[in-house]
Amino acid sequence: MTYSPHTDADRSAMLDAIGVGSVDELFEDIPAAVRASAWDIPSPLTEQEVRAELSRLAGRNRIPEVSFLGAGVYRHLVPSVVAEVIGRPEFATAYTPYQPEVSQGTLQSIYEFQSLVCELTGMEVATASHYDGATATAEAALMACRLTRRNRVAISAGVSPDTRRVLETYCSGPGIEVVTVPIDLAEGGTGTTRPQDAAVVLGEDVACLVAAQPNFYGQLEPMRELAEVAHAASAQLVAVVEPTSLALLEPPGAYGADIVAAEGQPLGIPASFGGPYVGLMAARMASVRQMPGRLVGATRDGVGRRGYVLTLQAREQHIRREKAASNICTNQALMALAATAYLCAVGPEGLREVAERSVIQARHLAGALEAAGLATRRFSGPYFAEVTMRVPNAAHRHAAMAEQGIVAGHLTERSEPMLHDTLLLATTELTTDADIERLVGALRDSA
Amino acid sequence: MSVADAPRTDASGRGAAFSGASGGGELTVVEPLIFERSHAGRRAVRFPAASDEARRMGEGQPEVPSSVLRREPPRLPEVSELEMLRHFNRLAHLNQAIDLNFYPLGSCTMKYNPKVNEWAARLPGLAESHPLDPEKLGQGSLELMWLLAELLKEISGFAAVSLQPAAGAHGELTGMLIARAFHRANGEGDQRTKVLVPDSAHGTNPATATMVGYETVTIRSNERGGIDLEALRGALGPDVAALMITNPSTLGIFEDQIDEVIAAVKAAGAIAYMDGANLNAILGRFRPGEAGFDVMHFNLHKTFSTPHGGGGPGAGPIGVSQRLEPFLPAPIPVLAEGDAAEVMRQALAGRSTPGARFALDDDRPDSIGKVRSWYGNFGMFVRAYTYIRSNGDSGLRTISEDAVLAANYLRVRLHDAYDLPYDRLSKHEVVFSGRRQKREHGVTTLDIAKAILDYGIHPPTIYFPLIVEEAMMVEPTETESLETLDRFVDVMLQIASRAADDPGSIKAAPVTTPVGRLDEAAAARRPDLGYRFGADVAAAPAGSLSGPAGETPTP
Repeated sequence: MTYSPHTDADRSAMLDAIGVGSVDELFEDIPAAVRASAWDIPSPLTEQEVRAELSRLAGRNRIPEVSFLGAGVYRHLVPSVVAEVIGRPEFATAYTPYQPEVSQGTLQSIYEFQSLVCELTGMEVATASHYDGATATAEAALMACRLTRRNRVAISAGVSPDTRRVLETYCSGPGIEVVTVPIDLAEGGTGTTRPQDAAVVLGEDVACLVAAQPNFYGQLEPMRELAEVAHAASAQLVAVVEPTSLALLEPPGAYGADIVAAEGQPLGIPASFGGPYVGLMAARMASVRQMPGRLVGATRDGVGRRGYVLTLQAREQHIRREKAASNICTNQALMALAATAYLCAVGPEGLREVAERSVIQARHLAGALEAAGLATRRFSGPYFAEVTMRVPNAAHRHAAMAEQGIVAGHLTERSEPMLHDTLLLATTELTTDADIERLVGALRDSA
Repeated sequence: MSVADAPRTDASGRGAAFSGASGGGELTVVEPLIFERSHAGRRAVRFPAASDEARRMGEGQPEVPSSVLRREPPRLPEVSELEMLRHFNRLAHLNQAIDLNFYPLGSCTMKYNPKVNEWAARLPGLAESHPLDPEKLGQGSLELMWLLAELLKEISGFAAVSLQPAAGAHGELTGMLIARAFHRANGEGDQRTKVLVPDSAHGTNPATATMVGYETVTIRSNERGGIDLEALRGALGPDVAALMITNPSTLGIFEDQIDEVIAAVKAAGAIAYMDGANLNAILGRFRPGEAGFDVMHFNLHKTFSTPHGGGGPGAGPIGVSQRLEPFLPAPIPVLAEGDAAEVMRQALAGRSTPGARFALDDDRPDSIGKVRSWYGNFGMFVRAYTYIRSNGDSGLRTISEDAVLAANYLRVRLHDAYDLPYDRLSKHEVVFSGRRQKREHGVTTLDIAKAILDYGIHPPTIYFPLIVEEAMMVEPTETESLETLDRFVDVMLQIASRAADDPGSIKAAPVTTPVGRLDEAAAARRPDLGYRFGADVAAAPAGSLSGPAGETPTP
């Protein structure tokens, strides 16, 4: 099926008006030598047929009955009202708000998003969104390089491996060297970044230290000390945070972060096999002119009505071209709207409940596994809503449980060979006591 | 009576609802910020409490130290679900969108976004799959990505595809990182430092070159709007890494010497990059990979109908030639077990192939790395795959034929009323100039765009490409009916005559939109980029259109 409205008579009328005899004449400017040869594209499908095909593919996935998988993507409740808001065609089928007079809905919602991100992070200015948390982190590091005019980036091994790979790729562009600060991976160690290790790496040429709170292994990092170490070297602290945790945890602005980056997926966005998500970035107002990406600002029209516009565009590619702060153009506006609607739907109490319940269930899970003698915590020290557990024969048991529709978290050896026989288990407000019971039982049976 | 009588409100009566603002400079508010609707203690969604058992089992676990706890809760809005929904619905009413009206925004391919695509993307089996789910549980997602990549290869003529980039500019970044990796692998990494970009290019092209550490060299266009072949040949040399060229160009013109352009670039040892933003014009007519390009990005949110969401999410997969395949971002969805032709044949017949196994190939030593988390904007892949299968061979051809037909129709119909600096066959879009209106009547292209708003139509892209004075870039797409195209023509003709007879009325536009022209200079001079808690603006301002919070009339 096609979505073309034209009848043959319409097409003839247009061809006549143009003064050509056939549609082929409209393509005569393509040099004969490079015109397309025949292609092998399947026949059209009706809606009924295409639905059957997509149902087939959806049915080939098996959504686990119980899952403790997190590792950067978390299954939270997506309130029905959030799906309703982002399904509105006026939001979904608009383009980037280049004409503010007919884009106030998009623009005001982005202004609200920026405001919410600032409030969560304790920062002064936030962008309209980035592709995801990983690219927001990478762009934050590049921004720190511009701000400090330095050419090296230090990143804690506690930042998600996926994010570190993206940051390394981005930094390879302009030839920025990336140095990894190890975390304490010793058996029973803290699983966090030691400030003295960071201090060793931070020299006169390092633009920033990138660290995550909570870190990839769920452990709570000494962010205040890391900020001090970074600032002592006149470097910036880039804090990578999980947004629901900020209902309970100190906002990065309070412990001295200079730039904040986050994956916004936990805020009302489904896992959707890895995207679309939304990257959050916030900073201090003094740095705004080096920020990448779109910014929305409030202003007025000629009769005093408040309105919103894309602003400070002199940083951007369509004005500055090769001198722009970034090449980013299309970002993730609709996903930013999902996060905005989510934060409004849950409010301060709801977000606290989400974070608190996630933490309680993580402690419940770790306690239950320890009590059953099935697993021990791999690290000492406090963790948040995700916990790294040592489990004998983890890979085999992880696979065996997956057969039963139970995903026992993330097998850490996939990204960190030193963490053999270790599972990274995440809980959220959706984790029930029965889920934990089921995991404990399945782990026992798989021994 | 002409269909283009102006100015008038759209069908929602929006103009009338917003026309009551009085002058005088006092702040009035169309829709309060959600923070201004907040009322302590009100809330929407609730969550179940943790059980005593859960708390008890966690005793003995290390406590989250109070030193890392937040002292004050974040001041999120406190609103009921209905208030919150109404707020966003009211904001929605302030937007123009393709589902409401004609949106001929050049270079953006604002075509209809089919609803079956949305249905597919929301299927729980797809929407709820986690990117780290064990391979066995994610076979459907992996198969879908594999199938989409295979179809994109066939459509574009490239040897391999990566779906990872999240948007067009992100695809550019990926493609240029690959170009650089290629030169490095050939020992020419230090020597090739320049990227050639035509003067008609999108701003993302030179910005991308910079992000990859390259220097941009601008190549002028010739008098026919194409790249100047002699200038290109003069600039090519052993220091050039790549040419980034948009084809059809941002003038809506097919580069009719493209074969010579590609040959010249390759002869100089450089990479030929095609910006595929305008692929909607050439489906089934020109396959960039087959024609010799090394790399191209697709915009799934343009050609393949995924909704743009007011600024994303998009998706910007790239296709590459065989020699660049080793450098693609990792991982790549692959068919690990099974015969590709057979699996494809079965899938096209609506069947799964027993024994076929899909996997993510992350063992790619020459890869540039990862350009974003996980595997890309998967939800957009679902939509694009649905769209390609719905349209099929004949539908995809029809898309480009009708898109090109519509653009040429507008070119011919508006030919006399507006200047056409490059008056030749159009592809998917046509670029007019408002220079005559400016010179003769003092009416600028910005004024014309604002006047178009009052007819309920989204204006074309304006002041781009940069090489056209007072540019208006019109892209009608294939999904607009002849009546819609004719109405647009009537509107543009009427604006042209109003510009001559009553230029003041054009300069006063828009008058029917929720707000009038906004003071962008003030916004940049005194940036107000977020809500200031506790500031006076939180109170319902005098003269508010909305009255007290909670009693806002629905637009």
